[in-house]
Amino acid sequence: MADVITYREAVAEGIAREMRRDAAVVCLGEDIGAAGGVFKTTAGLIEEFGPERVWDTPISEQAIVGAAMGAAMTGMRPVAEIMFSDFLACCWDYLANEIPKVRYMTGGQVTVPLVVRTANGGGLGFGAQHSQATENWALTVPGLKIAAPATPADVVGMMAAAIRSDDPVVFFEHKGLLAAKGAPAPPDHVVELGRAAVVHEGADVTLVALAAMVPLALRAAALLAEEGVEAEVVDLRCLVPLDMRTVLASLARTSRLVTVEENPYQGGWGATVVSVVADEGFGLLDAPVRRVAGECVPLPFADALEERVIPTVDKVVAAVRDLTAY
Amino acid sequence: MDTADLSTDTAELLALYEQMVLIRRTEKAAHDLFLQGLVKGTTHLAAGHEAIAVGASAALRADDYVFATYRGHHHAMARGAGPEECLAELMSRATGLCGAKGGSMHLTKAATGMLGSYAIVGAHLPMAAGAAWSARLRGTGQIAVAFFGDGATNIGAFHEALNLAAVWKLPVLFVCENNLYMEYTPIADVTAVARPAADRASAYGIPGESVDGNDVVAVRETVARLAERARAGDGPALLEAATYRHFGHSRSDPAAYRPAEEVERWLKHDPLDIARGRLTERGVPAETVTAADERAQEAVRQAVDAAKNAPAPDPGDALTDVWADGGAAWRT
Repeated sequence: MADVITYREAVAEGIAREMRRDAAVVCLGEDIGAAGGVFKTTAGLIEEFGPERVWDTPISEQAIVGAAMGAAMTGMRPVAEIMFSDFLACCWDYLANEIPKVRYMTGGQVTVPLVVRTANGGGLGFGAQHSQATENWALTVPGLKIAAPATPADVVGMMAAAIRSDDPVVFFEHKGLLAAKGAPAPPDHVVELGRAAVVHEGADVTLVALAAMVPLALRAAALLAEEGVEAEVVDLRCLVPLDMRTVLASLARTSRLVTVEENPYQGGWGATVVSVVADEGFGLLDAPVRRVAGECVPLPFADALEERVIPTVDKVVAAVRDLTAY
Repeated sequence: MDTADLSTDTAELLALYEQMVLIRRTEKAAHDLFLQGLVKGTTHLAAGHEAIAVGASAALRADDYVFATYRGHHHAMARGAGPEECLAELMSRATGLCGAKGGSMHLTKAATGMLGSYAIVGAHLPMAAGAAWSARLRGTGQIAVAFFGDGATNIGAFHEALNLAAVWKLPVLFVCENNLYMEYTPIADVTAVARPAADRASAYGIPGESVDGNDVVAVRETVARLAERARAGDGPALLEAATYRHFGHSRSDPAAYRPAEEVERWLKHDPLDIARGRLTERGVPAETVTAADERAQEAVRQAVDAAKNAPAPDPGDALTDVWADGGAAWRT
């Protein structure tokens, strides 16, 4: 086994592991076959599993996700790729109205075990229609599970859990992390959905982060440590199920909360985290909460502009310094 | 004359007729129950469309998949749902098909392959393609059928589904119930081609056929032929079945926009009358047909009584069935 694996390789590895153990797992999406995906996150799958399990589709997001739904209802475990998460808007009916509702509105008659994978997030200069962090879109819809791993090992482990889940899972792969390296996943690695991880311990403030914001929060924690501020970093891993137990337990130690979100402040997932804290953990707090989130504008193109809009290490450090005054 | 004396074919036609009467009576009951305040929300009644559901269902295998629309009572019943569980669902009873979580627009009977009624126009066509894809991958020989209205032919999902099904050569049939109106507007006023469904087939290189959707025998024969073709691996087909609804688009629509002579013409071309005519041609005595009418009427009368007496759902049921574990927990 290699010493390190990239996040990109981990996506293909995670899918391949499940395809090996379950013949019901099939993939569909644009350019995922011979091309290996535009992000090379499905590289090698068609070579190993053949065209009967890895299907190239037309540019038809509704057909991709709708067909995945029909297949999932009838005995398969499809893994559908939507190339950029911005394109989820093209098939939003399926994510908002069909997939999350069909079990409920049929009184539990139908099961939809599918994964919709999508490349999410900014920082790469792709402009307003290929850069958004859209995980908060999915959070508005009861009935979808939402995974957004931060490390290669978590990609593999959470992919296993997502594909084995009998519930629909939207799986956000962060574009900014694709080249990131990390320890490979051990054999049979499964990370249960809805289990946040404390990835750095500290007693002064809790930074709650997701996906690419996790390494960013860790860099901020390292800088803060030089100032004598010990930040605890919680990797949420999933937005649904949302592991508030781990967040509240961390706050019991630190009494200060900063969420680090790439999605816009307006409607971002941190608002949900903070509302639960206000409701159930108010007594734990010694300071106001801060949300370091995307600005409420479309993602701009130029680096200097994009950096102004999405969270940076400096913004996180500044927010924490502000709280330590309390 | 005892039905045992009829030829197999005629006995089957009589059974199809009785099933259509059962649906018609159920729709009439739904209409009346709404006026009595016992059905809330809205209904999209399929009276007039019975021959499409019953004829197609008669041509399908028991394990084939059916996907329908919010005007879908006839499809649920043609695929084995009884009038009581349908009416109970409309009447918000715990004994309804979906435990009263779905309502009129979402009748579903998954156990018999009726995989749902969908109320976002056209959304279920890609699903049917996916179910057909699944059948092919599993090598079961099943096919999937999506029934939809003429209005759905102008939405993107229709075109995406047709193209995917054609490219992947999927065993799926797309059956358009063309009742001439997309809700309140004549379909001809908003569609670039004369036959909104069938004329689109050539764009996807698949067969596009038309059939009298009020003739249960014609529907059965056409669907049987296209189903056999799909099952044999020759790919999807598009069938446009001409029909007419006896009620408005939904409960709130008196359908005043339809010309009187058009309504009269279509009411004379009623699927029940056509089937009755065929039975008469085959020498089935009037009393045999009347007995079928009476059986259907009595079944619906009993269904209405049973549904009225059924319990309301437990309010706690509102918080079940989101997830596969039966619950609704979104956080730890």
